[in-house]
Amino acid sequence: MKSKFHPDKNGYFGQFGGAFIPELLHPNVQELADNYIQIIESEEFQIEYKALLKEYVGRPTPLYLAKRLSEKHGAYIYLKREDLCHTGAHKINNTVGQILIAQKLGKTKIIAETGAGQHGVATATVCALMGLECTVFMGEKDIVRQAPNVTRMKMLGAKVVPAISGSKTLKDATNEAIRYWIQHPETFYLIGSVVGPAPHPDMVARLQAIISEEMKWQLKEKTGKENPDTIIACVGGGSNAAGAFYHYLDDEDVELIAVEAAGLGVHSGESAATSQLGQVGIIHGSKTILMQDEYGQIVEPYSISAGLDYPGVGPLHAFLYESGRAKFMSATDQEALDAAFELTKIEGIIPALETAHALAVLDKITFKKDQVVVINLSGRGDKDLEIYTQYLEA
Amino acid sequence: MNSIQELFKKKDKNLLSIYFTCGYPNLEDTTKVIAALAQSGVDFIEVGLPYSDPLADGPTIQKSSHEALENGINLDIIFEQLKTIKETNNTPLVAMGYLNQLLKYGEDKFCKALVACGIDTVILPDLPMVEFENHYKQLFEKYGLTNVFLITPHTSEERIRKIDSYSKAFIYVVASASITGAKGEISNSQIGYFERIKAMNLQSKLIIGFGISDKKTFTTACNYAHGAIIGSAFIKDLGTNGVDNIDNFIAPIIR
Repeated sequence: MKSKFHPDKNGYFGQFGGAFIPELLHPNVQELADNYIQIIESEEFQIEYKALLKEYVGRPTPLYLAKRLSEKHGAYIYLKREDLCHTGAHKINNTVGQILIAQKLGKTKIIAETGAGQHGVATATVCALMGLECTVFMGEKDIVRQAPNVTRMKMLGAKVVPAISGSKTLKDATNEAIRYWIQHPETFYLIGSVVGPAPHPDMVARLQAIISEEMKWQLKEKTGKENPDTIIACVGGGSNAAGAFYHYLDDEDVELIAVEAAGLGVHSGESAATSQLGQVGIIHGSKTILMQDEYGQIVEPYSISAGLDYPGVGPLHAFLYESGRAKFMSATDQEALDAAFELTKIEGIIPALETAHALAVLDKITFKKDQVVVINLSGRGDKDLEIYTQYLEA
Repeated sequence: MNSIQELFKKKDKNLLSIYFTCGYPNLEDTTKVIAALAQSGVDFIEVGLPYSDPLADGPTIQKSSHEALENGINLDIIFEQLKTIKETNNTPLVAMGYLNQLLKYGEDKFCKALVACGIDTVILPDLPMVEFENHYKQLFEKYGLTNVFLITPHTSEERIRKIDSYSKAFIYVVASASITGAKGEISNSQIGYFERIKAMNLQSKLIIGFGISDKKTFTTACNYAHGAIIGSAFIKDLGTNGVDNIDNFIAPIIR
C-alpha cells in the first residue's frame, strides 16, 4: 500500500528530502536509487537479512513491560529492548542490511560516519563479519567522549579517521565521509541514520522498520492489540525513531513522540533541538529542517549525547514534524542524566545517553489510565560510563 | 548575452579563471583581490561565497571559508562590496556558493542581488540536474542568470549531452574524482578523460578545474579545453603572501 509517508520518485517526503549532491556522487546515488528497493524486497535478501538478524544480532529483541516505571507513571510502559542487540544498539539492524546491499552491488570498501560510535562499531562489526575494508569518520571531540567505542572499532579492524573541521562532531564526521566518498566513488557509503541524499533516508528507515514490525506482534501477544497508544523515541538524525514509528505511520490513532536533545536548554544557545531552532535548509544532501543563521550558515549544535549532537534531522522526521503526525519534545542534558539513573535504579537497565532523552519526557506527560506506551530503548549505556561516573561524583 | 559568452567571442583559448574566497584573508580584501586579479590579466573570476559546510571543497578552501566567516563576512556585506566595484571592473565575475545559501537568503533576493552586482553566472556544486529542471532553470531565466554545471570522469555521455544543452556560459570539467585542491600532476588517465570530452564536440565551451595549480597544469589543461580554473593554489598563495603579491602569482602562469 502506498503511504503518504513513503518518498516520491525524487526521494521527497512532502517538501523534504531529495538528493543535493555534487555531480561526482550522482552515479553512486543513482545506482543505489535504481536498485535498493528491488534488492530489499527480493526473497534472497530477505532470507539472508532475517537470518542475520536472528542468529547474529539476536532478534527479536524483547518488548519488556517495565513494571516499576509503569507504576510510577500510571500507564503500561513497554521498553523495546534494542539495547540488547549485538553491539549494543539498534544501529546494527541497518548495517546488517546495508552490508548485504553493498555486496549485491559488488562493493568491497565501506565507509561510515559515526557520532556516539555506535554506528561506527556496528559498521566495523559487519565489515569484520563479511571481510570488507572499513573506514569510519568520527569527530575529534566524539573520539574523546566515546573512547570505548573507538577501541572497539579498532579491534574490529576498522580505520578510524578523526574529523577535525567545524565542531568536530557528527556533522563534521558526515562532511568528511561525504568528501572521502567524492574522492573514492568506488566505496560504499554505509550511512548511519535516516539522513543524507535520497535514497539513503528511505533505505535506512526500511532496514530499521524491523523494530516496529516486531512491536506489532509482540504487543498483540501481550495486550491483545497491535497498536499502542503512544510510541516515544529519541531523535538525532532519527533512525531508531524511524524504525519504531515505521509500521504505525499510517495509523493516526497511534501517537508518535520524537524527543530531541535540548542540551543546556532549548534557547540557551547550546542545544540540538532542531525542530524548535531550525528552518528549511539543505544538509548532507537532503532538504530538511536545519539549525542555521540568516545567511544559511549551519549552526554548531550542542548536546551531552554525541549521537544526538546534530544540527539537522532526517527528511521523514521533518515531514512528520511539519505535518503534525509526530509530536516533537525535548530533554536537556540534566533531564537525560536523571532519567538514565532512574531507569538504572528501578529497572536495572543502564540506557545510552541518547535513549535517556526519550525516557526523560515521561515526567512531562500526563498519561491516561491504562495508556499503552512503548519507549524505544535504542541503546545501552556502556559507552557512556565516563559521563555517568562524573554524574555520580558530582 | 551572458558575460562569459561575450568573453569567449573575444578570446576562446587559454582562458585563465581564478577562484577566490570573499572576505579572505581580510574582510575588506574582496574588492582588492578582484581588482588585482583583473589588473594581472585574469580572464574571469570565480567569486567564492564562504560556506560553513562546503562539501565539494578540500582543506584549503574550507580553511579560507572558515576564516572569512570568522572575519565577519556574510552575503549582505559581499553584495555591498561587489556593488562598489561594478562600475570600474570589466572582468566577468562568476558567483560560486552552495544551494543552502541561496535558499536561506531567499531565492529571489539572492538572484536580484547578483544581478545588481553585475553577475549573471552562478556555480552551485550541490544543485542537481533534476532540481534545476524542476525549479531553478525557470528561476534563473527570470533574472537572466546562467547556471554552470559540473561534469566529472564518471558523468555518463547521455548526461553530458543534456548538460551541454542546458549550458549557456561554459561546462565546468572537474579534472578528477576529487574535491578542490591541488594534485600536482595531470595523469594519463585524466588526459584520456579530457580527450574523450573534447571528442564529443559539445556546443559549450569547456573550462577545466580542480587540481590545476600552476603554469604546467594550466597549459596541459588548455590543450584539451578553452581554459582552466585555479582555486586552492591561489588561495594558499594569497594566505601566505597577501593581496600585494597577486601579480607575482598570476604572471608566470599567463606570460
